[in-house]
Amino acid sequence: MQTMNTAAISPPQPGTAPTSPHLPGDLAIWFFILAELLAFAVFFSAYAFARASHVEEFNLYQQTLDRNLGALNTLLLITGSWFVVRAVQAAHRDDIKAVPPNILLGWLCGGGFLVVKVIEYAEKFGAGISLSTNTFYMFYISLTFFHFMHVILGMVILTVLWFQAKNGAYGGHNAHGLESGAAYWHMVDLLWIVLFPLVYVMR
Amino acid sequence: MLAALRNSAHRAWLVLMIATGITWYLGEVGAAGTWAIVAMLAIAFVKGRLVILDFMELRAAPKMWRVLLEGWLIVVSSLILLAYWISLK
Repeated sequence: MQTMNTAAISPPQPGTAPTSPHLPGDLAIWFFILAELLAFAVFFSAYAFARASHVEEFNLYQQTLDRNLGALNTLLLITGSWFVVRAVQAAHRDDIKAVPPNILLGWLCGGGFLVVKVIEYAEKFGAGISLSTNTFYMFYISLTFFHFMHVILGMVILTVLWFQAKNGAYGGHNAHGLESGAAYWHMVDLLWIVLFPLVYVMR
Repeated sequence: MLAALRNSAHRAWLVLMIATGITWYLGEVGAAGTWAIVAMLAIAFVKGRLVILDFMELRAAPKMWRVLLEGWLIVVSSLILLAYWISLK
């Protein structure tokens, strides 16, 4: 009952700000996230400006994309992010047992994203579409695939976090590693939040 | 239910789900052109900001990191808006 006593002494305040400025996780992960964000900023701009000189082509082929699957994947990544926030909040209130299942649920949302994306790719590649089909598909395939690889890396990180959490590594005493991995996972979500309207919907 | 909404991350999740639904709906009704682009970018901006502040927990981070990540969102949205504005001309 030790965890309950601790919780009673310092009541959990999920989602409320600590008094002094605090950067969650390692400083290094934030520089890594910045580098990734910059790379994607270049890709997003390249897409938008390439579109400006191929408007009809982009508008035509955008309609061949499955918006429902794109939106479903947005919901999966947001929910996956949310589960990992729940894992971090559980660690902060020293509820060590609640950390691994929330990481696992976040991981499963990532897995769901990959399954949906593979279904989408299978349909496109099955129709003979490739990087060289046209400028729109070149961007669609490379942008979404680059992001796909980041989802996989995020899931690898979550796997490591899950094993660590299983061994009780994360709690009120230390959530540093968990916060770092969580920040990366949220970045994958953040990127898709821009990518989905840009490639699937905006016209 | 209402108690859960006191947690900013739970609130953010709810808003993010609804906002995704709105963007999907705009696509379904074939929204296009200036207002649609501005609306979708504004929604993406609000969503991105919620992820940065409530999921990444940068609301209470040193100012530099908030500026860097929110700044990224502003720069990316502006560049996309500029490119679409050029395409509408």
